[in-house]
Amino acid sequence: MQHGSLITVDYQTVNYVSGPLIFVERPKQISFGETAQITLPDGETRTGQILDISEDIAIVQVFEGTRGIDSDVTTVRFTGQSPHIDVSLDMLGRVLDGVGRPRDEGPAIIPEARLDIAGMPINPYSRDKPAEFIQTGISAIDALNTLVRGQKLPIFSGAGLPANLLAAQIAKQAKVLGEGENFAVVFAAMGITYKEASFFMKEFEESGALERVVFFLNLADDPTIERIATPRCALTAAEFLAYTHNLQVLVILTDMTNYCDALREISTAREEIPGRRGYPGYMYTDLATIYERAGRIKGCSGSITQIPILTMPDDDITHPVPDLTGYITEGQIVLSRDLFRKGINPPIDALPCLSRLMNLGIGPDKTREDHRNVADQLYASYAYGRDLRRLVAIVGEEALSDLDRNYLKFADHFEKRFISQGNVDRSIETTLQVAWELFGLLPDEALKRIKEEYIEKYRTLIISGG
Amino acid sequence: MITGTIARISGPVITAKKMTGSRMYDVVSVGSAALPGEIIRLEGDEAVIQVYEDTTGLLIHEPVKNTGVPLSVELGPGLLASIYDGVQRPLPALFAKSGNYIQRGIMVPGLDREKKWVFTPVKKPGEMVSQGDVIGTVQEFHLVHFIMVPPGISGEIKTITSGEYTVTEPVCVLADGTQIPMLQRWPVRKGRPFVKRLDPEVPLLTGQRVFDTMFPLVKGGTAMIPGGFGTGKTVSEQTLAKWADTQVVVYIGCGERGNEMTDVLTEFPELTDPRTGYPLIERTIMIANTSNMPVAAREASIYTGITIAEYYRDMGYDVALLADSTSRWGEALREVSGRLEEMPGEEGYPAYLATRLAAFYERAGRVNCAGTEEKTGSVTIIGAVSPPGGDFSEPITQNTLRIAGTFWALDANLAYRRHYPSVNWIRSYSLYLEDVEDWFSETVARDWYQFRGRAMYLLQKEVELQEIVQLVGPDALPDKEKVVLEVARIIREDFLQQSAYSDDDSFCPLEKQYWMLKVIIWYYDAVRAAMRRGVPVRQLLSISARSEIARMKEQKDPDRIKALSDKVWEQTENLEVQTCSTAA
Repeated sequence: MQHGSLITVDYQTVNYVSGPLIFVERPKQISFGETAQITLPDGETRTGQILDISEDIAIVQVFEGTRGIDSDVTTVRFTGQSPHIDVSLDMLGRVLDGVGRPRDEGPAIIPEARLDIAGMPINPYSRDKPAEFIQTGISAIDALNTLVRGQKLPIFSGAGLPANLLAAQIAKQAKVLGEGENFAVVFAAMGITYKEASFFMKEFEESGALERVVFFLNLADDPTIERIATPRCALTAAEFLAYTHNLQVLVILTDMTNYCDALREISTAREEIPGRRGYPGYMYTDLATIYERAGRIKGCSGSITQIPILTMPDDDITHPVPDLTGYITEGQIVLSRDLFRKGINPPIDALPCLSRLMNLGIGPDKTREDHRNVADQLYASYAYGRDLRRLVAIVGEEALSDLDRNYLKFADHFEKRFISQGNVDRSIETTLQVAWELFGLLPDEALKRIKEEYIEKYRTLIISGG
Repeated sequence: MITGTIARISGPVITAKKMTGSRMYDVVSVGSAALPGEIIRLEGDEAVIQVYEDTTGLLIHEPVKNTGVPLSVELGPGLLASIYDGVQRPLPALFAKSGNYIQRGIMVPGLDREKKWVFTPVKKPGEMVSQGDVIGTVQEFHLVHFIMVPPGISGEIKTITSGEYTVTEPVCVLADGTQIPMLQRWPVRKGRPFVKRLDPEVPLLTGQRVFDTMFPLVKGGTAMIPGGFGTGKTVSEQTLAKWADTQVVVYIGCGERGNEMTDVLTEFPELTDPRTGYPLIERTIMIANTSNMPVAAREASIYTGITIAEYYRDMGYDVALLADSTSRWGEALREVSGRLEEMPGEEGYPAYLATRLAAFYERAGRVNCAGTEEKTGSVTIIGAVSPPGGDFSEPITQNTLRIAGTFWALDANLAYRRHYPSVNWIRSYSLYLEDVEDWFSETVARDWYQFRGRAMYLLQKEVELQEIVQLVGPDALPDKEKVVLEVARIIREDFLQQSAYSDDDSFCPLEKQYWMLKVIIWYYDAVRAAMRRGVPVRQLLSISARSEIARMKEQKDPDRIKALSDKVWEQTENLEVQTCSTAA
């Protein structure tokens, strides 16, 4: 940031405090987006960022909240720089707070670089096409909604559904077939409880991966507005690890709904015109600046794969947070309360799930030639079986033809045997094997989505009767 | 030059003082970093400016310079196979200058200044020319790029010589001294002139059965594809960009995913146009302003795209413009409007949303191009719409519905069961059916319209019957109606469904479409005829020709499909003989 003078000025001109915002009068030579240091009457210092400046006033959002700020003694100093974070390879294995300061007992991070947390948009021309299949060991993902390196695939959860369990399982089991361990996990918590955070720590500890994880923790009782910075700090660290140190980085962001609520809080305080459900109209763009930081860059062997987790309020997928997320991310994994109640674990509802990059990661040489066909067939048959369930509820099973009864059975087995797998780590071969076993429940003519040659070739896998 | 100073900064919108004399939509250079921006409001000596780049780091009192020209694009040879950002900066050039990330304040011209093109004149000195007249040609890949007299210029040619030129060197000089280079500029917010608008009559073919046969689009028409996330908007847009039978395709990735643009960038050079055999990239111009790139440039990207499309239209070509997604453009408009503190209309969108949308879509059309020679060209706009929550009652969908001629409604329930393209056949419509009826009758078959109508009738009937089935179960239906359900299912699964990823089925020629539909309808007729003779439905529905119908999509040999239409009759007739003999 270019700056005219070296003299720093302390402003004692706070004239208005509203929610997370303070209004500073008569600012001079300050730039849009720069960081402010706020010193409270009791000597405590907080950080903030400029959201709007004019000749008379600067609006500053305070990350740690405005409690205790007065309009008399409080001083504000502008640093001349937009928010930055110190990054280093030594961050691996450390627990940091929501803006990247050590939270564990360890020493301060000795920076290798100091980077702007906002990042910059990747030139679409420099992006490399995601194409490597990541085996998560979970059938519903591997077979039906394949994750590839450089993808952003969120988990849409509901309150009380085991999204954390699923995310931890993915983080533990994820591997690219035929490659060594050159990975790191960046974990950003926004407004989750201590219990949830410690669950993740335990999981990583058990799998021995704790040394490869960077934690950014903004817990439920930490300042709300800090959550705006947390995912950006985490992604800046992830970019550094991926593109400078060539690591394969998996970023878990949880819970994005809390992030969006913080965004709404600021927007309301600024008296902006609200969009749907009070969220600001620019939330799409704002979320995009987070999610779009996943990907691969030509000439770099590292990559960033994102798994954001969000809670759908009232399990409503059309709520603005899941809705806008779904428009930006490359698919979604949706958890279902019905399946959870039935004891299906993980309770992934296959129908609304999607992986947009699936086709880039599957097929001969990557998974298997019949993968696409198998996935399509599973979907078509399961969807039909689900329709029949509704019909059965009204007219009874007796009114169905034999074939339709087979479809019903197929849908049940699909949930019990294919989706529900518990803690087991399934290879892609096992997953496809289970799928072919399920096809045994249906006559060959019903397998329209599968090429005849594959039916011929993989028929041996079909155990008829199921 | 008017120079003012920054008085306020609020995200992508800044206010500058001392800007007296500025005009609306003038391009300005903001701050010492020279960020490009555009004036969107004037109040006294203050100008409100939307900035096409991130404003972080700008200071109050930094200078703002008015360039005095409106936002324009550069038009000339070299556009094809390019990839631009929203304000026509070539992304490869930005990459060369600033690496993997897009840095701010870099200006790169839209057209390469170094490259030389071979110019062949078609006019001679002494001839009179006026706006739109072709003075010469340049070979741009496999397309003949006509060099035209820019709008507003006319006169007698003094010199014109063939040779190799860069885009800025004059290729022709008029008697009054006007120099005409190959490059011309045109302000993006103003449509390029033409002589006369024509009625559309030729369909825009896409090789997609549900589009071509069921809900056809015309060259010069407009179409909208609304759908919630995951319904396949982007795949549909990309499929259309691949297979549309136009000479030029402009693809605008407006506020969408970076990885998707990469997908297009890596895939199109490898794919060949099924009609010409040349790589698809050589007829494509891409404009990529991904969702994390500056929001004001997203607003401009749509106009940049349509202006380039109009330029090729003026040469007499058919151009398809694909915008994915117009909702993101509308949101950019809303964001800027919010920063201007304008009184919001519905859902926070500005009150002028409908006008802006209409003005954009109306730039589509089939026209008699400017110029003395008779030329017709067309621009077809296909806009994706991303309604929040998949709810079509929101303002962008509703306002677009009032303008678009073809409505391809995507349906999440179809997408969930992997019925792609997930076009809902009940909700969708095409207002161009009558316009293209003659063309189809002459080019494909006289009974095309009739078969299409019957298929639509069966699908409509299916919906009614399904409601009854939900109440009483399928067994309670009379045989006649069971057959309707079965045939409707065949239409849905074996005709409407089409995989964009299948080698044999991603592109379906029109003739094949016609024969596929004909076979299905004939099967229906054959079954009904046999039923009247008393053959049990169960037997009719299990004839071997049915599994062949199910695999017609993958069938490469058109004669096999034609033969199938006879087969269904034979097999149903044979059945009757068998039943009679067993009965006897």
